[in-house]
Amino acid sequence: MTNLEVNEVTEKPTDVPLLEIRDITKTFGSVISLFEISTMVRAGQVTCVLGDNGAGKSTFIKVLSGVYQPDHGQLLVDGVPVRFHTPRDALDAGIATVFQDLAMVPLMAIWRNFFLGSEPTKGWGPFRRFDAATAKRITRTEMGEMGIDIRDPDQPVGTLSGGERQSVAIARAVHFGARLLILDEPTSALGVKQAGVVLKYIVQARDRGLGVIFITHNPHHAYPVGDRFLLLKRGRSLGDFAKSEISLPELTRLMAGGAELEQLAHELERDEDGTGGVGRELLQDTETLG
Amino acid sequence: MTAATATADERVAHVGALRRVLLKPEFGALIGAVIIFVFFAAQSDVFRSMSGAANWLDVSSTLGLMAVPVALLMIGGHFDLSAGVQTGTAGLATGIMTTYWGLQLYASWAVSLLLMLVIGFINGFLVTRTGLPSFIITLGMFLGLQGLNLGVTKQVTNTVQVENLDLVPGYHSLFNILGSTFTLGHAKFQIAIIWWIGFTAIASWLLLKTRFGNWIFATGGDPTASKNVGVRTDRTTISLFMMTSAMAWFVGNTQIARSGTIQAQVGIGQELYFIVAAVIGGCLLTGGYGSAIGASLGALIFGMTQVGIINVNWNSDWFKLFVGVMLLLAVLANQYVRRFAEQVRR
Repeated sequence: MTNLEVNEVTEKPTDVPLLEIRDITKTFGSVISLFEISTMVRAGQVTCVLGDNGAGKSTFIKVLSGVYQPDHGQLLVDGVPVRFHTPRDALDAGIATVFQDLAMVPLMAIWRNFFLGSEPTKGWGPFRRFDAATAKRITRTEMGEMGIDIRDPDQPVGTLSGGERQSVAIARAVHFGARLLILDEPTSALGVKQAGVVLKYIVQARDRGLGVIFITHNPHHAYPVGDRFLLLKRGRSLGDFAKSEISLPELTRLMAGGAELEQLAHELERDEDGTGGVGRELLQDTETLG
Repeated sequence: MTAATATADERVAHVGALRRVLLKPEFGALIGAVIIFVFFAAQSDVFRSMSGAANWLDVSSTLGLMAVPVALLMIGGHFDLSAGVQTGTAGLATGIMTTYWGLQLYASWAVSLLLMLVIGFINGFLVTRTGLPSFIITLGMFLGLQGLNLGVTKQVTNTVQVENLDLVPGYHSLFNILGSTFTLGHAKFQIAIIWWIGFTAIASWLLLKTRFGNWIFATGGDPTASKNVGVRTDRTTISLFMMTSAMAWFVGNTQIARSGTIQAQVGIGQELYFIVAAVIGGCLLTGGYGSAIGASLGALIFGMTQVGIINVNWNSDWFKLFVGVMLLLAVLANQYVRRFAEQVRR
């Protein structure tokens, strides 16, 4: 698509963030899923959203992608307040979400999945049809751009491996324009090597000038690629840091909930049988993390 | 990378050819249809004659016309148990409006279409709004319409049938469109066979070549995922129910156009055969997979069997047993094919 050189653009300072999130609150009945969450993402940068299970990460994404509407707070795209009523509204604003379940239909061919919901058409009036040739060609080239060779675009998505599916989903989002890519735990179900591949895609998307919101519970995946880190815990923000304000050990410590981890280490150490070793190791870990 | 690409592509070309044919959902039904045809044609010269063909194609077309939209609906993830009884509703509506209420034929034809579209919309709307299984919603519609058909017919005509449509002005033009025959090799073929082939072609084109078709597969395959990428799943579902009802209108009016008479209980029980034809044609009960051509082949198998058993002088009581066995074989074959399709490569 574009040369990497072209994207030096990202070095020019842009004052208006691509997406700014201001004090978003979302409740379901009496459950407060998100409470006054704020962060932002700029073009050509990666904002990581970190949190353990139940931290509100999924709700957060669903608010950004138009699945849920926030009860309070504002979303600003290019500095302009917006309201997304449906996922389509978010897509139209250039926000594409790669959901954890990847939003792909296993029994359908790769190229059909790639263009699902945004099919290119040709022909006129009642003879308007899905332009399959174009769809297959674009699927193949877009996947190629990400460094993935798909053997056969007619293959059902169900036959692909986890990492491959992830790459189809990311390539799809990038192709559809997305100026902002939201990735929901793209590395969580993957092995070490495959996770590395996905991180590479994130960097590639960033270098193309896209803004990326990367949701994960693994600080080791987040820190190398992230420019900004939002930490969530039980629906509340533990902080929203630029990379210069936080180090990997600090991030890990905050993530793990420092004191709780120490407590756990001591509990494990008290055990006389085989688990003692685990406790000691964990304790050492927490000490080195500070 | 390039070396890997080359070998990978070679492998696809190698395995692909056979697998691609096997993976067509209608493949099993095609084989089945050929076997059934050869089986009966070898034993009966009536079956293989032109008039024999006209006979079993007639039975197949009546079933096949409905099996096609029912298959699309199944691919979209839903059933319509009221599809059979709806054909009766449509025919009765046209009949009563013309012969008893004196409405002009084509006007009542149009009103009957409108009525059917409303019924289809109600089915689709209730299914999408409540999230209840379409099985239960359309079962309600089935029972309701069954009562309505009988109740209204008895109320208006004091009998259980509507007759004398053939005395209504304009009947002959309607007859020409829906109920007439054409001659081919000294045998009279029903015009409905042409309609059946035409609608199958349109449905297949719609399913495989259009955006709407892509949305049908997606809605049946994974509604949540589809919705998240911007597919209007509710609209797709409602459209499918309305298409089924529109076809019920066509089939019901064909029934009354042929003889000018229609019974109040017509179509009842047919809904299951539509589903059987669709399943024999490769549709998965869980949605997301299937074919319009397959459903028509399923109907063809059905029609050939029903007529063939009579042609070879078997007791027709055995027909249902045959259909049951066919259905089970088809479901097993589909299961196997799907596993083959989803099998991780290598």
